[in-house]
Amino acid sequence: MILARPKTVSSILALVGGMKSLVVAGCQECVTVCQSGGRKEVSCVAQLLEIAGKKRGFPFEIAQVTVFRQCDNEYLVPLDVLMEKADACISLGCGVGVQFIAERYPTVMVIPGVDTVGGGGTVMSGVWEERCAMCGECILAETTGICPVTRCAKGLLNGPCGGSVDGRCEAGTDLPCAWEMIYHRLKKQGRLDSLTRIRPPKNWAHSGSGVMRKVIREEVMPCLSVLPLK
Amino acid sequence: MSIGPAAKVIEARTGSRLEKVLRAGHFAVTAEIGPPKGADGRRIQQLAALVKDYSDAQNLTDNQTAVVRLCSLAAAVHVLNNGGEPVLQMTTRDRNRIALQSDLLGAASLGVRNVLCLSGDHQRFGNHPEAKGVFDIDSVQLTATVRQMREERLFICGEEIKAPPRVFVGAVENPFAGPVELRVLRLGKKVMAGAEFIQTQVVYDVEGFTRWMEAVCAAGWHKKTFILAGVTPPKSAGALRYMSRIPGMKVPEELIRRMEKASDKLREGQRIALEIINHVRAIAGVSGVHIMAINWEEAVPEIVSMAGLYPRP
Ligand code: SF4
Ligand code: SF4
Repeated sequence: MILARPKTVSSILALVGGMKSLVVAGCQECVTVCQSGGRKEVSCVAQLLEIAGKKRGFPFEIAQVTVFRQCDNEYLVPLDVLMEKADACISLGCGVGVQFIAERYPTVMVIPGVDTVGGGGTVMSGVWEERCAMCGECILAETTGICPVTRCAKGLLNGPCGGSVDGRCEAGTDLPCAWEMIYHRLKKQGRLDSLTRIRPPKNWAHSGSGVMRKVIREEVMPCLSVLPLK
Repeated sequence: MSIGPAAKVIEARTGSRLEKVLRAGHFAVTAEIGPPKGADGRRIQQLAALVKDYSDAQNLTDNQTAVVRLCSLAAAVHVLNNGGEPVLQMTTRDRNRIALQSDLLGAASLGVRNVLCLSGDHQRFGNHPEAKGVFDIDSVQLTATVRQMREERLFICGEEIKAPPRVFVGAVENPFAGPVELRVLRLGKKVMAGAEFIQTQVVYDVEGFTRWMEAVCAAGWHKKTFILAGVTPPKSAGALRYMSRIPGMKVPEELIRRMEKASDKLREGQRIALEIINHVRAIAGVSGVHIMAINWEEAVPEIVSMAGLYPRP
């Protein structure tokens, strides 16, 4: 899922100070699972804003809405009426959701209510960890299903740096060294020789450091013209 | 990238003095010079003049511990201008493949004949922990890149280089980080990538280093690269304790106690360095020492003399 962390309500308030009508929009996908932008969090943010509005003397008019998925235009329809009179929309969706809303309602200010962190999963209740940096060219088959791009603090592709000690990463003692994990797993699989293969420089053009990526697959596109029958 | 192992051949391939010394079979001595946190080159010039006759080459660190300092390339030129033989350290932390290849060409054009390829300490430890780490390529890939540029006359992209950089290529290894088997595999990979010399992490744990060298020799890597053991004279017990906390460093407790008890700390520090030099010299497969007298470069001449390694060839 896409991991996100809630922004503070005070940082949101700083942006909506003089406004009256707000829409707080949640999403039922990833941000619901990582408990930062689902129905529950929408209601929480809305209530805090309401209290702050009363305190300042003129209350906000707040509409709450949580759609099935903010990153799909068709699911944004329930926002249409609400956005007509809104001064701003606070989206608790990930950065993608925020942008889809902003694209659909270009005259309304859209404010991200969460900080989008990356691709990850739940490791225990209340703890989520990043696992995928979405580099666009997955090498997990060669690294025993452990991603060095994400989990090695230096994104090394050819084994550990000199800073790993007792299996810990030099960049933070609470983090395991990804390359030591890969080594142990390769050993278990009898594939240690894979560590001797020199991996050439990675093609980062496929990653987020290149131009904006687009996935185009004609085979799943709708048929726009009727094919002549043979 | 198709570079094979850097076999120890007799004839030198670059104009490097360090390469000549090593290929002639001498026990090599390199010394580290840490560039200052300012635009004043005089200290590097003084240190270069001080250590140049007591070492075969002088390493210029590249924003070591991720702290901004005068750049290693400029420092290398200061060393050249003062009659020294610089080893340009290059980390992949701060520059992408475009900048690294470009800096290498520039360095070679200025007369730099040695380069040391590292990934670099993580930026989280430095004085700009909010910096974006580059790590476009890693140290193994950088090593292979330098060899490819030198021998195949090709950039990473495959385009031809008219005047290739003739530099002697080194890499680093830490004998104390993690399982010995993994550390030897990693060393082997650097040699396969083209590392002609290896400078190791500081050795205080002589036993651990001996074990690692045994495994290195068993794999035969000592025949394909020159291994220089890292030596740092400790200035005080506090300095040793500080180093023991650096990731990847092993400092035996009794060494710290020995420094605590010593009445003349500096003398004791030099004595410890000397003992370690004598020890590693006796280990099969060790081709030299790399003295990193951090903030104490002045100690180098005396240590080298006491070790009987002066004059240099
Ligand atoms: S290699 Fe790339 S795509 Fe695969 S898990 Fe890592 S970052 Fe994600
Ligand atoms: S210690 Fe391991 S995980 Fe951390 S930067 Fe080094 S190789 Fe990567």
